Amino acid sequence: MVTLGHYLIVSGMLFTIGFAGVLLRRNIIIIFMSLELMLNAANLSLVAFSRFRVGADGMPNYNAQVFVFFIITVAAAEVAVGLAIIVALYRARQTTHVEDISTLKF
Amino acid sequence: MNSALLPWSILLLPFVAAAVIVLFTKSWSGLSSFISVLAVLASFAGSCVVFVTPDIQALELTWIDLRPILYVPLGFVLDDLTKTMLLLVAGVGAVIHVYSLGYMRDDSGKARYFAALSFFMFSMLGVVVSNNFVMMFIFWELVGVSSYLLIGHWFERDSAAEAAKKAFITNRIGDFGFMLGILMAWVATGSVVFSEMNQQLTRITSYPDYLTVAALLIFCGAVGKSAQFPLHVWLPDAMEGPTPISALIHAATMVAAGVYMLVRVGFLFQASPQALWVISWIGTITAVMAALIATQQNDIKRILAYSTLSQLGYMIMAVGLASGQAAMFHLFTHAFFKALLFLGAGSIIVMLHHEQNIWKMGGLAGRLGITFLTFLVGTFALIGLPPFSGFFSKDAILAIASEKDRAIFWLGLFTAFLTAFYMLRLVVVVFFGKPRSDKARAGREAPWVMIGPLVLLAVPAFASGFGFVARIFVQLPAEKETDWLVPGMALGAGLAGAILAIVLYRNRQSDPIALAPLRNRFYFDELYSFLIRATQELLAKLSAFIDRWILDGAAIRGASTATWGIGSLLRLFQVGNLQAYAFLFGLGIVGLIYFTIFR
Repeated sequence: MVTLGHYLIVSGMLFTIGFAGVLLRRNIIIIFMSLELMLNAANLSLVAFSRFRVGADGMPNYNAQVFVFFIITVAAAEVAVGLAIIVALYRARQTTHVEDISTLKF
Repeated sequence: MNSALLPWSILLLPFVAAAVIVLFTKSWSGLSSFISVLAVLASFAGSCVVFVTPDIQALELTWIDLRPILYVPLGFVLDDLTKTMLLLVAGVGAVIHVYSLGYMRDDSGKARYFAALSFFMFSMLGVVVSNNFVMMFIFWELVGVSSYLLIGHWFERDSAAEAAKKAFITNRIGDFGFMLGILMAWVATGSVVFSEMNQQLTRITSYPDYLTVAALLIFCGAVGKSAQFPLHVWLPDAMEGPTPISALIHAATMVAAGVYMLVRVGFLFQASPQALWVISWIGTITAVMAALIATQQNDIKRILAYSTLSQLGYMIMAVGLASGQAAMFHLFTHAFFKALLFLGAGSIIVMLHHEQNIWKMGGLAGRLGITFLTFLVGTFALIGLPPFSGFFSKDAILAIASEKDRAIFWLGLFTAFLTAFYMLRLVVVVFFGKPRSDKARAGREAPWVMIGPLVLLAVPAFASGFGFVARIFVQLPAEKETDWLVPGMALGAGLAGAILAIVLYRNRQSDPIALAPLRNRFYFDELYSFLIRATQELLAKLSAFIDRWILDGAAIRGASTATWGIGSLLRLFQVGNLQAYAFLFGLGIVGLIYFTIFR
């Protein structure tokens, strides 16, 4: 039987993969995609919470699902802004590799 | 003019003159000196009017009114004592202003000099007229400040700047005691106004020890201002200032302030025999010591300075023997003949192009005729040759000493002998014999603005001692007509000293006797500088060490170094690599989760 724990494990694995991608990949676009993966890992665990948290009237808790819709919306906006920044960055520096963008330090 | 405002205008005119000079006319030295002289002449005229007006009252203003705790008026006391002092201060001041016109005629700081001179007159008149301790103390300090300015007039010279500092600091030491004494007297009597204190005096006479301490602390102020042992060291050094200042400070005014103050609050001292005993002995020690030192000095102004110390010693001695009248009498005559001597010395110095060493002079009697004659008048008055003024006043003090304390009397007599000795030494070396330098050969008489005051001062220096003259100005101590022993002894001592000096110093080219302790002023300066090194400078070094290494080093620089060090350590984390930040951020989150959930 599939329990909440299974969902959370999958969600955690997705999050870890996303985080590892953010840390290890050099291409900003890939890092960006990994960030999306991390957001969706959070979405998955929220939906799972909603499904497994049933109230006295037999209905699931919809708060978490509403939360997920918000996250998807914000993520869409974030993608638009983020991609715009990446395009601008590429125009300025002719690169999308993070190790080339390291001037922001002392 | 409204007579209640007259004393105020006497006091404020010199102040206005000083303010006008400093604020407006500083660049026109001629105009400045004119304003200053005009102000002091007006003050003198006002003083004359006050002197002849019986029962004059001045407008009294309230300054601090916290009755019944403290009431400080801005008021005048205008009794006979003050009237005499007013006349004396304004009169000698006026003469010195006129004389300064000649002495300082080519000085580049003439305007500044006259501003300071007027300011000094203001402060000194303030001391004389104050009717309460607070007001007197403020003017007392102003006298200190203005004397600092005047002694340090030629501040480009290191020695003058040092002397000014020395005078000011030494005075401050005495003034600190004075302030404590005022506070003690105020606590005990509940008032700072002299007349009220006198009425309330019975409240402290039942605590003789408290009264003695308070009286001696107040006496400290006089010790500083009147340059008594052990705070006498500033006065000879104050000779670095222009000679009219030496005359002004030494003759009638600054050093007389101490004696005047002691007489003014004499009621406090009369109540404490122990305080009187200390005062009389301080005066005696100063008189003898300064006279001894004066016999071996070579600078004409220094000899006169030590002579002043010695004469002030006489006055303080008289105060200590509970005879304020004799002290005031001697102060009165001394003001004239000592101002005369200083101004005479000043015209010699100027005419010899600022030569002050008596062994570089000689044979001046012929060429500086009027100066010589007036100087001789001053000398005879100082050594107490009858019928010159000093004879009467010194005799009054010695007569009282012979009644009250034999030891003091003999020391006073010895001082009279020394006085005659050093003054005749001075006169013989400076005016007789052959000129010992080219400057002395070329010397000629000074201009009339300098000679005029000399002649003017010679008259009272000669005549102010006669009973019928002096009684107009000061209350004379009761005389015993029949007693000729004391004046005879004083005269004998004086003549012995004079003859000894003439025999020893006639036709000499250099000093035949050399006594190192006297020549070196009993090593007081050395002793004090040693004491200062051992105490104050040690403390200063310790403070400097604490300041430099503990406060500056550990606290301030330590804090800044620590901040800087931690900052540069943290800077190592700012690598600029986005993923390193993300990694550290993730690590932080993990740490946060660990600490919030699993701990």
